Amino acid sequence: MTEVTAIPMEHGLILAAVLFALGFAGVLVRRNIIFMLMSIEVMMNSAALAFVVAGSRWQQADGQIMFILILTLAAAEASVGLALVLQLYRRFQTLDVDAAGEMRG
Amino acid sequence: MMPTIIEICFYAAAAVAVLSTFLVVTGKNPVHALLYLVVSLFAVAMIFFTLGAPFAGALEIIVYAGAIMVLFVFVVMMLNLGEAVVQQEKLWLTPRAWIGPALLSSVLLGLLLYVLVPSDLHMAGATTISPKQVGIVLYGPYLLAVELASMLLLGALVAAYHLGKHE
Amino acid sequence: MSFNLLFLVFLFPLLGFLTLAFSRGRISENAAAVIGVGSIGLSAALTALLGFQFLTHPPEGGAYTQLLWTWMNVGGFAPQFSLRLDGLSLVMMSVITGVGFFIHLFASWYMRGDEGFARFFSYMNLFIASMLFLVLGDNLLFLYFGWEGVGVASYLLIGFWYKDPANGLAARKAFVVTRVGDTFMAIGLFILFHELGTLNIQDVMARAAVVWPQGSTTLTIAALLLLGGAVGKSAQLPLQTWLPDAMAGPTPVSALIHAATMVTAGVYLIARTHVLFELSPFALQCVGVVGAVTLVMAGFTALMQTDIKKILAYSTMSQIGYMFLALGVGAYQPAIFHLMTHAFFKALLFLSSGSVILAMHHEQDIFKMGNLRKHIPLVFWCMLIGTMALTALPFTSGFFSKDEILHEAYLTGHTDLWLAGLFGAFLTAVYSFRLIFITFFGPERWRKESHAHHDAHDAHADEAHHGLAANENPHGAKTLDHHIPLLVLLALAIFGGFIHLPLDGVLPHAVIADHHKGGAFIEYLPLIVTLMGIALSWYLFLKNPALPERLKNGAVTKYIGKFWQSAFGFDWLYDKLFVQPFLWLVHINRNDIVDVVITKIPNAFHSAHGFFAATQNGRMRNYAFAMGVGACLVIVVVLL
Repeated sequence: MTEVTAIPMEHGLILAAVLFALGFAGVLVRRNIIFMLMSIEVMMNSAALAFVVAGSRWQQADGQIMFILILTLAAAEASVGLALVLQLYRRFQTLDVDAAGEMRG
Repeated sequence: MMPTIIEICFYAAAAVAVLSTFLVVTGKNPVHALLYLVVSLFAVAMIFFTLGAPFAGALEIIVYAGAIMVLFVFVVMMLNLGEAVVQQEKLWLTPRAWIGPALLSSVLLGLLLYVLVPSDLHMAGATTISPKQVGIVLYGPYLLAVELASMLLLGALVAAYHLGKHE
Repeated sequence: MSFNLLFLVFLFPLLGFLTLAFSRGRISENAAAVIGVGSIGLSAALTALLGFQFLTHPPEGGAYTQLLWTWMNVGGFAPQFSLRLDGLSLVMMSVITGVGFFIHLFASWYMRGDEGFARFFSYMNLFIASMLFLVLGDNLLFLYFGWEGVGVASYLLIGFWYKDPANGLAARKAFVVTRVGDTFMAIGLFILFHELGTLNIQDVMARAAVVWPQGSTTLTIAALLLLGGAVGKSAQLPLQTWLPDAMAGPTPVSALIHAATMVTAGVYLIARTHVLFELSPFALQCVGVVGAVTLVMAGFTALMQTDIKKILAYSTMSQIGYMFLALGVGAYQPAIFHLMTHAFFKALLFLSSGSVILAMHHEQDIFKMGNLRKHIPLVFWCMLIGTMALTALPFTSGFFSKDEILHEAYLTGHTDLWLAGLFGAFLTAVYSFRLIFITFFGPERWRKESHAHHDAHDAHADEAHHGLAANENPHGAKTLDHHIPLLVLLALAIFGGFIHLPLDGVLPHAVIADHHKGGAFIEYLPLIVTLMGIALSWYLFLKNPALPERLKNGAVTKYIGKFWQSAFGFDWLYDKLFVQPFLWLVHINRNDIVDVVITKIPNAFHSAHGFFAATQNGRMRNYAFAMGVGACLVIVVVLL
């Protein structure tokens, strides 16, 4: 590959920022916990993207390694999160997170 | 100057990713949203390929779009989420509900863009980093991180088993 | 047998106190009596053994010091927790445990059936322990510790029947008034420590003479402050107002604390620190004047009282006045001698009055008694002997001690104080025999009184049991725990005057310029005056009782009588001078200005707490929102 074919790192990072903001808006706006989890996945994915873009910019493997670690984290988060969803549904018969908001200040 | 194939792929994939993610966030049917999410992940995988990170792209498809999303699908199927959820979502996702989150996200995005958009551009993805290189670094300097990640997964496994159990 | 068992003397009552205090309401009356009386009995027995040892094999230098431990060690201040046994503390210890034991024994009869029986004995044991601290302490700080301890015990015991608010008020008054004196004393101790760098009594005495010249101002101030403490504790002018109110406590308490032991602590303090007073003639003179004025004033007041215990309270005040007078003329040994004999006969008088009160079913007004000698002869004889000792008739203990005081006052040239003492002896005779004549002779007033009384209080006559029912005669107790203390104290009141106190090594003799001054007339004068007083008393209250009644209603004498009865209006004066202005100040500062500012601080915290608590509402989206805002702020901060 030649240098002409390369992509500006900044564009990759902007994409990551846009995805992150979209995911964040999803977390804020959603009440259904499944959708919240999906939005969180989006946010994590965008963070991983930023790492890969940066790794690619410096032509180092570390970016991809960070991606793998984030992938691990996402897998763990998804498994625990979905187990929590199941519990929530069992207890409250709903997926509304506000139903679980029992902590009163 | 004509854009190269790589560039076209990158920008197209980026557009797909943003669009499908937007549909994920705004969607009302969980199954549809999930499928859009898979599309979004595929698009990101495409971007990884264009950036010269084929190993990450492959993992994105296999683990993310494959394994994790299947987990979501399982749960959605288990809970039998259908028309009722869609109706519920319509009630919840009023325009009013969007105002605050949209505002805050825009501010955050604006700030991020302000930070990230530079005066001059730096090229990325000029060379491909092969899986072999990644593997050497991963099991070299990052060995401890691998161990920690494995522990995390073990913990998540135990926690998920415990939480998912019936009383 | 050696002196190192000394610490056990106060350990027994202390253990008794702790046992009774922690077993309250769970042990029987008999067990409580055994523990409460037994602990003092053990102390008394040990004191007797120690005393015997002390007299037969005196320790080196006439004093034995037992170091228990160093109390604290702060900077250069390291007071020792040590006990000192010398002639003076031996005498005090004997009086406290000896008389205390018999009063405890009597109390086990007197208090029987009271719901707070164990509590009563726990307080009494606490008192004995504290009083022993006071007299055994080798250090002024240690002494002060016991001093405050007896104050607390006194407070608890005056307010023992706390369900009646009046008793609580009396207890509080006693506590607050003595606290005034204690504050003086504490300041005095600060001065002593500041100037001398030690509070060990022996060191203070030794250094005071070196550091200060005769009549030094600092020393005079320190001595006067100590006198202030003594005056508060011993109910002397001007801090005497609490003692009559203290009679609200059970009668054994009055006998033990407010007659025999605690109120004489002031005398002990001054005798203990006599070196300071000798270096400051002015302070010593003050001691004598305070004593003289108090004894005359208390005598007048006692004349007009109708409550049997108040008469005894004022007579106590007056007798302590004698002791102060003796201290003031430098007659320390007679002062302590009188302290001891007074403990005997006044304890006897109080216990007898307790017996009278119980025989009359909690009636304390002597004008509702009369001719009781027919009904309770034993108590009558006890009371009579006690009164004879009080008025210093020959062959009683009081005769020896009071005579010695007056004689030495005369011989040392304090003619003014001597005259006051003489006049006091006359008054003592009048009011003491007034009590005897009205209570034990004359018509049986309770017969006619009881009827009206019964009718008037018919509604609550059953529960109150106040006074005798109609057609009921006073009847005395017949048990040994009632008789033994009275008989033993009776014997001591008669023969106590023959005890020779081992005080020569501790207290100096009075400085007598001319041994041949005076002569027989001066020696017999007190007796003559006393006999005159008795005769007057007989005439006024037995032969011609109409005369005092007429005087009571006379134009001028009425007001004088009222003035005397109110103890020269000191309560009124203090109320106007201190209590009312204080209440007024408190009233205008009701919303404490400082407090208003200070409460702002917790209020601010409270509102902040409310704000932060409101954020913890359990809504995930709110948390996420806050995190987003936080992220934005962090970025902004970083950019700036």
